[in-house]
Amino acid sequence: MRKKFIMLRESVTMALDNIRNNKVRSFLTLLGIMIGVMAVITLITTVSGVSGTISSSFSSMGVGTLTVSVTGSDLKTGMTPDDLAVIAALESVDGVSPTVNLGGRVSYGKNVQTGKTVSGKNAYYFQANEDMIVQGRGLTFIDDDNSTYVCVVSQDLVDEFFLGVNPIGETIYVSGLPFTIVGRYEEDSGGGVSSIFMGSADVIVPYTTAMKVNNSDEVTSFTVYLKEGADSEAAASEIEDAMDKLFDYEDDCFTVASMESIEDTMKNMTTMLSSLLAGIASIALLVGGIGIMNMMLTTVTERTAEIGLKKALGAVPGQIQSQFLLESFLLSMIGGLLGVAFGLLLSLILCQVLGTSFVFNGGAILLGVGFSAAVGIIFGWAPARKASRLNPIDALRAA
Amino acid sequence: MAEDIFFRMTDIDKIYPLEGEDVHALKKVSLSIDEGEYLSVLGPSGSGKSTLMNIIGCLDTPTSGEYILRGREVEDMDELELAELRNKEIGFIFQNSQLLPRLTARKNVELPLIYAGVLPRERRERAEAMLERVGLEDRMDHMPNQLSGGQQQRVAIARAMVGNPSILLADEPTGALDQKTGAQIMELFHELNDEKRTVIMITHDLKIASHARRVVHIIDGEISEGGLHDA
Repeated sequence: MRKKFIMLRESVTMALDNIRNNKVRSFLTLLGIMIGVMAVITLITTVSGVSGTISSSFSSMGVGTLTVSVTGSDLKTGMTPDDLAVIAALESVDGVSPTVNLGGRVSYGKNVQTGKTVSGKNAYYFQANEDMIVQGRGLTFIDDDNSTYVCVVSQDLVDEFFLGVNPIGETIYVSGLPFTIVGRYEEDSGGGVSSIFMGSADVIVPYTTAMKVNNSDEVTSFTVYLKEGADSEAAASEIEDAMDKLFDYEDDCFTVASMESIEDTMKNMTTMLSSLLAGIASIALLVGGIGIMNMMLTTVTERTAEIGLKKALGAVPGQIQSQFLLESFLLSMIGGLLGVAFGLLLSLILCQVLGTSFVFNGGAILLGVGFSAAVGIIFGWAPARKASRLNPIDALRAA
Repeated sequence: MAEDIFFRMTDIDKIYPLEGEDVHALKKVSLSIDEGEYLSVLGPSGSGKSTLMNIIGCLDTPTSGEYILRGREVEDMDELELAELRNKEIGFIFQNSQLLPRLTARKNVELPLIYAGVLPRERRERAEAMLERVGLEDRMDHMPNQLSGGQQQRVAIARAMVGNPSILLADEPTGALDQKTGAQIMELFHELNDEKRTVIMITHDLKIASHARRVVHIIDGEISEGGLHDA
C-alpha cells in the first residue's frame, strides 16, 4: 500500500516534469481539450440562461391567453373590429386585445428617437392588465370608439424623454402625428429577450387610431383572454370554428396558439439547438483526444531509451503504463480545468451581452471535467500500453 | 541445495527465430561465478556476448538450460519476477551511461530505489552516500549535461550500486571514454571488487578485459575459460 503510494507520487512528479519539459507541445495538445470543454461549458450555461429567461417571461404572461395571427385570404386580409366583437362574444372568451403596430419614430420637442415599438391596443387590454398603469390612466372604450390621439407610455420612454418632468398631459409625436400622454406604465419583467416574446411596447395608442394611421381597417394579430377556468384546448377549437366561419372556410388563414404551446416550441427549439451545439463541442473534444494520443505516441517513441533503462532498473510494465497514462490524464485534466475557467468567463460575458441571468451550472462543470478525464484515459491508454510492452533490450539498443 | 548457489549457468542455449534460419546465439553455455569475483567476458562483436549479458542481467530468458542466481531459478521466471530480480540483484552499467537527461545526478541514482519502494528520505541518503563513494560529492545536483563523460559514468556506477545488488554488470563500460578516464573507471572497478562486490564486465577489448581477475572468452556462442594469452 505504502509502496503503491510512493510510486504514485513519483509518477505524478515525473509526469508533471515531462509536461513542463515540453511546454509548447503540451500546451498545443491541451488546447484542443481546452477549447472543447470551453465550448461545452459556454453552451450549456448560456442556453440554460436563455431558456430560463424565456420560461420566466412566459409564465409571467400567465396562462389563460391565446394568440391569434391572421394571414387572411385574398378576399379578406384581416379582422375588422366587428369580427373581433364576434370572437369576444364567444362562450369561453372573456375579451380580445388586438395589436396594431405603428412605425417606431417617436419625438418630443427636439428629441427624436427611431426604433421604438408603438402598438395599438384596446381598452380591454388595460382591464385585463390593470396593474400595469402606475400613473394616469389606461385607454378606455371612449378612446377606442373615437380613435382619439392619446397614448400611454412606458417607464423606459419616460426616463428617456421626461427626466424629472411629469409626462402626463405632454404631447409626443408618433409618425408625425401628435399624441397626448394620458398614462405611464411599467412592465413587470425586464427587457432583453423577453420583450420580443411579450410584445411589450414603448408607446401604446388606441388600436382604432393606429389602424387609421396605417390607413387600414383590419387587424392581423390579437390576443384572446379566456374566462377563468376555461380549457385552453376547447377554447382554441371554439375560436377556430368561429374564425373559419368569418374566413368563409378558406384554408390557412390564421393560426391560434396558446402561450403554453409557444413556450413548448421555444423549449424544444433551445433543447434541439443545445444538443446540436453539444454535438459539435464533443467533436472538438474528440479531436482534442486524438491530439493527446498523437502526442503520447510521439513521446513514447522519443523516450524508448528511458523506458528501456527504467525496465532494466526494475520497473514493471504496470509502472511504466501508469506513468504514461498519468501523463495523458494530467495533460487532459489541465486542459479541461482551463476550459472550465475560460468557459465560465465566456458565458458570464455572453449572459451580460444577451441580458440573460447567469446560472452557475455545477453539472456542466462536472461534465466538462469528467469528459476531459475520460478523454485523457481513453486516448492515453494505447500509447501507455505500447510503452509498457517495449522489450527492454530493444528499447536500450535503440538509444 | 539450489539456495546455496550464488551464480550458476548450465547448458544455456539461446535461439533467435529469424526468418528462414534460426540464429543460435548461445550454445550450451555453462558458467559458475563465486561471490566477490571479478570476471570479464571477452569476445568480438557478433560472438553472442550481448545475448549472454542480457541473460545474466535477467533482461532475457534462455531458450533452454538452467540459470540460478542467488539460489533462484531464473529460466522459468515471468516478466514481473524478472523485473524484481533486476531491481534487487543486478546493477547495470551501460556503455553510454544512460542517465535520464532531465534528472539531477542524485535523482538518477535514486531511480532503482524508487522502483524498490524505498522512502524518499532513505533514498536520498543512500544516493548521496553512493555518489560520495564514486567521488562526486560536489556534483549531486548537477544535470547529466553538466558532467564530463567520466563523471556521467561514475553516476551510472553509483546508480548500479545503490540497491546493493549481487552483481555489477558492466557492458563496455569504457567504450565511450578516453583512455585516461577509462583507466580511472577501471581503477574504481578494482576498488569496488576489493570491497567484495561481484563484477562482471562484458567487453571486446583485451586490455580492458585484462583488468579482471578472471577472463572467459566467447566466440560463436561458445565460451571457454582461459588466460588472456589464449585470445
